[in-house]
Amino acid sequence: MAVKIGVLAKQVIDPEMPMAAFRIDAGSKKVVPPPNIPPVVNGFDENAVEAALKIKDAQEATVTVISAGSTFALDVMKKPLSMGADELVLLQDDAFENTIDSFLTAQLLAAAIRKLGGFDLIICGRQASDWDNAQVPLGVAEILGMASISLGKKVDVQDGKVRVERIIPDGYEVVEASLPALVTVSNELGQPRYPTLRGIMAATRKKPTIWSAADLDLDAAQSEPRITLRDLFVPVRDQKCEIIEGENAADSGRLLALKLREDKVI
Amino acid sequence: MADGTGVLILGDATGGELGSTTQELLAAGQTIASDLGEELSVALLGDTLDTAAQQAIAHGAQKVYAVNHPLLAKYQIDFHLSALEALCKEIAPRVVLVARTSEGRELAPRLAFRLGVGLAQDCLEVSVDAAEKRLLANRPVYGGNAIAVVSCDQTPQIAAIRPKAYEPTAADSSRQGEVISFPVELDASLARTMVVDTVIEEAEGVKLEDATIVVSGGRGLGGPEPFAHLEELAKIMGGAVGASRAAVDSGWVPSNYQVGLTGKTITPDLYITVAISGASQHMAGCSGAKVIVAINKDAEANIFKEARYGVVGDWESVLPALTAAVKELTQG
Ligand SMILES: Cc1cc2nc3c(=O)[nH]c(=O)nc-3n(C[C@H](O)[C@H](O)[C@H](O)COP(=O)(O)OP(=O)(O)OC[C@H]3O[C@@H](n4cnc5c(N)ncnc54)[C@H](O)[C@@H]3O)c2cc1C
Ligand SMILES: Nc1ncnc2c1ncn2[C@@H]1O[C@H](COP(=O)(O)O)[C@@H](O)[C@H]1O
Repeated sequence: MAVKIGVLAKQVIDPEMPMAAFRIDAGSKKVVPPPNIPPVVNGFDENAVEAALKIKDAQEATVTVISAGSTFALDVMKKPLSMGADELVLLQDDAFENTIDSFLTAQLLAAAIRKLGGFDLIICGRQASDWDNAQVPLGVAEILGMASISLGKKVDVQDGKVRVERIIPDGYEVVEASLPALVTVSNELGQPRYPTLRGIMAATRKKPTIWSAADLDLDAAQSEPRITLRDLFVPVRDQKCEIIEGENAADSGRLLALKLREDKVI
Repeated sequence: MADGTGVLILGDATGGELGSTTQELLAAGQTIASDLGEELSVALLGDTLDTAAQQAIAHGAQKVYAVNHPLLAKYQIDFHLSALEALCKEIAPRVVLVARTSEGRELAPRLAFRLGVGLAQDCLEVSVDAAEKRLLANRPVYGGNAIAVVSCDQTPQIAAIRPKAYEPTAADSSRQGEVISFPVELDASLARTMVVDTVIEEAEGVKLEDATIVVSGGRGLGGPEPFAHLEELAKIMGGAVGASRAAVDSGWVPSNYQVGLTGKTITPDLYITVAISGASQHMAGCSGAKVIVAINKDAEANIFKEARYGVVGDWESVLPALTAAVKELTQG
């Protein structure tokens, strides 16, 4: 039987944009998307797509990518399709604006997963590179009453079980859970595959399913905010760097050692 | 849940001793509890808790809830969650503090969702809005490019604190406190995940997290071989070697070398970066270092905005000279 895999992927501001382009609108307490720098699929979510496709390489599987937000750059969000995913579901509504409130996002995604009939395996990124919350997947697992395994670097499915190499501070552990289960993955999973030309052609033909709030069976009692954002600011860095300059690079290295000795740090 | 009262710390008693991150939480919790004018307690889960309970009291806990159960001897998320859910419902704390350790990263969000409340994730600093009795949490977002101040709208207000954000306060064995045994019923069938193997890939020498001197290398090193030079310098100073994610992703060093937002948080006295550009996500893991040194050939690199001392130059020339001079200075 084909393994039904769902991947949760978020569209984010490119985290590799130059720091100088990072701007906050103090009034609305929001980060202003940098002009001329297109958004990207959250990096760890590309790892999640890759993890799903690896399973699909080895056995019969379908991969559905789900994303929630208020606006989407369709060409950006189609990247997982061009990598080889089968289907794209966009939960798009003004009410789904990118917020720091993971509780609300998890409710949305869980409602969509239910509407899609559930999955054997849900794969997510470890965290979204905008708010760095690292909570939505665990919330989805909690709402749907599923096992969760976080920080995977290798994900295999066999005999109705998922087997994950999960990163721990001094190495990794091998963790198993019966399906259905949810797994989050990290960049240690390895470089996501590049879209092939054929994949890109196939992706252009595919139309995403788009659902608004009205299409989802959302529990009003669960839609109260959980978090209030009181302030958002860029921290001031007032470090003055003393540049050590010798006669040449090697001499600078030597002078640096003397400086550190003088300061008693070595 | 009603308003709740008191500050509850989810403690770590692995190996029967109070974990260092719990001592850090106790430092943060003491201020929070006294600003609220409420009690500070610690929850300990495991099968041998007596020593850790006394240590928690010495570090400032007024109460310790000892949750003893053979199934809690080792961390397993479903057992731990179930026990913590029962405890939180019973004692109804106003504030819950969790350390964002490997276990806390999973436990804190799941516990918050299970209780139907919000979580202030990855906090560097927590304080109290005394009038509203709300916890105010400062947390880096957007890879450390910005700081968000958030509060939780329901009770308990849960915050996950980044390890090393707080210094533990000194233990005082004359402190008095109460140890309360909290029985839980757990069923082995609750466990939905099972650890079938653990592979430890510990680096030789000083541990990166504990080292007082760290030398880290980045993409500009160009390959795995130059890390031998970093090892040499680190060894002379009794330090450890770290790396940027770019070096890890290139496969030059194992992933447990990674310093940063999604790697290790380190607070050494001296942090020497070699061919690292100083991206905010890297700095998120090392900005607590006392002295940062940058060796980079690009004078415009961001690392020079973060470093105390810098050398603009090619590491291939700078590093050997630095190493030789350090050797001479420290070994006579
Ligand atoms: C969500 C997220 C999480 C992340 N987490 C982390 C994390 O935990 N840790 C982390 O490190 N990164 C992390 N990153 C990546 C981070 O954004 C940067 O991409 C990364 O830190 C860059 O590594 P680097 O400085 O080694 O490489 P680069 O940015 O490529 O810098 C290389 C530097 O080497 C210098 N150089 C080149 N040749 C020489 C030479 N011969 N001599 C001297 N200098 C030279 C260059 O001038 C340059 O400044 C994360 C990114 C995201 C999106
Ligand atoms: N709006 C969203 N749409 C789809 N997936 C999301 C969304 N927000 C979070 N996720 C998933 O949850 C992971 C962790 O996100 P976060 O908890 O926001 O840091 C991401 O890597 C995604 O896999």
